[in-house]
Amino acid sequence: MDWITKNLPYLMAGVSVGGQYALIAIGYTMVYGILRLINFAHGDIFMVAGLIMVYATTAMPIYIAIPLMIVVTVFLGFMVERVAYKPLRSAPRMSIMISAIGVSYLLQNMALYVTGGLSQQYPTIPWISDTVTIFGATTKRVTLITPVLTIVLVVALVLLIKKTKIGMAMRAASRDFETSQLMGIKINSVISMTFIIGTFLAAVGSLLFFTNYTGVTPTAGAMPGLKAFVAAVFGGIGSIPGAVIGAFIIGICENIIKGLGWTTFSDAFTFALLIVILIAKPTGLFGEKATDKV
Amino acid sequence: MNKRTKMMWNAGLIAALLATLFILEQILPSGSMFFTVLKKGAIYALVAVSMNLLNGFTGLFSLGQAGFMLLGAYAYAILTIPVESRGSVYQYFDGGIIQFTVPVPVALIAGGLLAAVFAFLIGLPVLRLKSDYLAIATLGFAEIIRAVFQWDKLGPITNGSNLLRNFPSFKSVLYPFVVSGICIALIVMLINSTYGRAFKAIRDDEIAAEAMGINLAHHKRLAFVISSFFAGVSGGLLAMYQTTIQASMFKSAMTYEILLIVVIGGIGSVTGSCISSFLFIACSEWWLRFLDNENLYLGGFHVPFLRPGFRKVVFALVIMIMVLFYRQGIMGTKEFSVEGIADFFKNKFGRKKTAEGGASHE
Amino acid sequence: MKKRVLAMALVAAMAGTMLTGCGGNGGNSSNTGSDAGSAGTEADASAPAADGAKVVKIGVYEPASGDNGAGGKQEVLGMQYANEETPTVEIGGEEYTVQLEIVDNESSNDKGPSAASSLVSAGVSVVLGSYGSGVSIAASDVFKEAGIPAIGVTCTNPQVTEGNTHYFRICFLDPFQGTVLANFANANFSAKKAYILTKLGDDYSTGLGYYFKEAFTGLGGEVIEETFQEGNSDFTSYVTKAKNEGAEVFFAPVSTEAAALIIEQAAAQGLTIPMMAGDTWDSNVILNAAKGKDVQIYVTTFYQEGGNADFDNGFKGYINSNPTATANNGGDDTISAVSAMGYDAYYVALEALKAAGSTDPAAVNEALWKVNYTGVSGSITFDEVNGDAMRDTAYVKCANTESGEWDFVAEQGVN
Repeated sequence: MDWITKNLPYLMAGVSVGGQYALIAIGYTMVYGILRLINFAHGDIFMVAGLIMVYATTAMPIYIAIPLMIVVTVFLGFMVERVAYKPLRSAPRMSIMISAIGVSYLLQNMALYVTGGLSQQYPTIPWISDTVTIFGATTKRVTLITPVLTIVLVVALVLLIKKTKIGMAMRAASRDFETSQLMGIKINSVISMTFIIGTFLAAVGSLLFFTNYTGVTPTAGAMPGLKAFVAAVFGGIGSIPGAVIGAFIIGICENIIKGLGWTTFSDAFTFALLIVILIAKPTGLFGEKATDKV
Repeated sequence: MNKRTKMMWNAGLIAALLATLFILEQILPSGSMFFTVLKKGAIYALVAVSMNLLNGFTGLFSLGQAGFMLLGAYAYAILTIPVESRGSVYQYFDGGIIQFTVPVPVALIAGGLLAAVFAFLIGLPVLRLKSDYLAIATLGFAEIIRAVFQWDKLGPITNGSNLLRNFPSFKSVLYPFVVSGICIALIVMLINSTYGRAFKAIRDDEIAAEAMGINLAHHKRLAFVISSFFAGVSGGLLAMYQTTIQASMFKSAMTYEILLIVVIGGIGSVTGSCISSFLFIACSEWWLRFLDNENLYLGGFHVPFLRPGFRKVVFALVIMIMVLFYRQGIMGTKEFSVEGIADFFKNKFGRKKTAEGGASHE
Repeated sequence: MKKRVLAMALVAAMAGTMLTGCGGNGGNSSNTGSDAGSAGTEADASAPAADGAKVVKIGVYEPASGDNGAGGKQEVLGMQYANEETPTVEIGGEEYTVQLEIVDNESSNDKGPSAASSLVSAGVSVVLGSYGSGVSIAASDVFKEAGIPAIGVTCTNPQVTEGNTHYFRICFLDPFQGTVLANFANANFSAKKAYILTKLGDDYSTGLGYYFKEAFTGLGGEVIEETFQEGNSDFTSYVTKAKNEGAEVFFAPVSTEAAALIIEQAAAQGLTIPMMAGDTWDSNVILNAAKGKDVQIYVTTFYQEGGNADFDNGFKGYINSNPTATANNGGDDTISAVSAMGYDAYYVALEALKAAGSTDPAAVNEALWKVNYTGVSGSITFDEVNGDAMRDTAYVKCANTESGEWDFVAEQGVN
């Protein structure tokens, strides 16, 4: 019992952080699956979602602020794709990736300008911010909700992709971008949909993440974004279950490493794990083997 | 123009540039931002060219530049901090365990070599990876290097995560220009050699290159190691410029900045990287600073929106515009040269039938 | 071809902005028209202003963004208030208008030197700052090379002033502060085991952590040390560790940004041991984070609200009269010690300018050694070795989690 009380917090933190990474990682993995683009701006959209929430709650009650935050964030993700990525669709892949870095830079600097460089206190959301005690370990309720909510959302997403028409179009586009266009799939709406789903999940992720870790700074999205991306690559980029499993593994490992006292290496360990996986299995845990066309 | 006159012209231009800098240094006050930008710009030019060698000329998408700069900077700093001031620099580690110094040029080269050795070791596993996977793996290695250098168990060598300082730095703006210039000249010579042609062949089509008898693994490793060597040297120069260094400076954001410089200059153009690094540094450090001033008036009109941070928003917007509308960058894959200028004027005024060309030349 | 011309035009436009750039530097309304070369007029610190009075520029090298942005802004507020109170100074029998040249060092050791260069290039006579020791050390050589003296306001790491003659400091040092904190922990909580959490790559944090450890182990205590990386926002595992190891105090000399997260997560996990920190935590950011939560927070600081009624009232009035100032102070009118320190630093600079009788940085540097000024935070004289203010007391405060204010606990020296 004592052992549980002592070590449960690490596991809970790990699972909860893992769930939050998973929600961000899905955005990376879906976009990569279709566009072959590392969307570097995704982590920053996650941060902007946090800021929108901070400002929205100063003006309106929380039950309006949350849907509003999600809608605005989704719109932002949609706009980013339309303005910064769509014009470059025929350009070399490098250009579009640079554009993503540019958007990330822009969002961070806008956030810096708007917040004046100060960390913003995330609003307290009733019920999920409450403290609960299980097995003698105290934590916020959100820690317990995160993994459950993540799994529910992922199951819904997988159903969407497997059962609906747009989901089928997404699968087709990620299998073969050009042929799917020839088959009459409206590729632009598929891509927009991908971004909408990705940013929606990132917005939910930001709600959970910042309720736990309450400071929103312009760079607050950078590290979670990078970790989530690593999780997506780890699980096999393009694969949704892979991204989710990768995110949970990374979240838990990170906290175990910290628990063992190797705090200096908690970030480095994530990357080490990634490199090991890439060398052993270059397409990640669940990635499909890419075939080189000559 | 034949090869000889071309070389003469180039040598003449470089000499004129250095002479101008020397004269400017005599007339302008040394604290001027102009020199700050030139110094930092020259250093970034070197690291941008070294990145371009990989990304632009060999087609290897690597994001490890900041890590290699860190290695160079640390090697330089650790080897040159005077023994008498080690006590105060390594104050938490009893002066550290390295109790000797080497001359500055040796330390710079040692920095480059350390980066090259690490690149060799890292390259063994990761160079087998393709495009984005290579990018993310090198980025990961840079982060790992950064963490290792912050580890307090290595404190007697690296001073933990604390600042290293008191090492020799340069005063004259000529110093980074000369060192960067020599390094860039070496890279250009490499690009124009048979190796360079092999690199370009790999970039254009790996399979075709292999079919032509180019040893892929060997050439990729060579490009990676050489690029890292120069990144290490530029790290040493950056340490000299900053006068203090710390592992936490070399974040992935730094690599992104360098990547932006390379792209804005034109992937595959050495002169493009140089020009854009000066422009990038000047914009980010100097020209736009007035935008941070809340009380800016233009003829009695109070300019709105200005307050600290606005400069960066404008800068990011400029970068987005460059990326979206000038995909080829400033120079594309062309190079800036005397001949190109001559051609440009010939075309302009001589009304030759080739209208294309501009201030550029392959 | 067309595009390239456009690109060039864009570049030219950017280049053009520098013309306005240098001219716009001035805080006063007229465009004094110093030119692109940044040469001539800028080197001349006493360029005439619009109204004919001479201008002396004081550089303010402070973070307005990044980790230490909140503290830096409060420190600048103190200077701005002082500047509003005393906008002119008599130097060598002539009336000069004091103009603050404020730059943001972004709490970053690599952006700092460039920001410092822009101050040098603006032709300041003396520099105030910074909040945060790392950035001060990083910029030290830039000021040294330009021959401009700097007055450290709340950078407490010894390395800032050690071995140089141009960097001064008006606050106490970390070896002192660490000892005070260790003594306090030992005496008031009879703590035998302390948990120390510091941030990697932050010289203030590692430094104060180190001196606390020295003092605490010197008293027979035991410490557990851990570090976190920049950008880390998950402190759960650190708090858990402190609980599991049975630490009796939680010592975290970190920036306010991280501190707010730590307090939040400590409260969520029910950490009941006292949390202690140095001067950075003396901020309303901490008070807001701790309000309504079950935590005990003790800090050492430079100034206690109520120490000087005139300053307190004047400063609160200044903050409340100006919405920007209120926002920069974190949204309320709590007086942070750093504001008082910024206020004092401004007057120390004026004293030095007066004593020097000239705006020449070298003369100001000479004069600074002999400055003797009694400010709101106490008497300020510099020692002859490093130019550190001789200070022997620190105030210990405790956060009142009900009212959201600081409660005064004790005034402590090392003996």
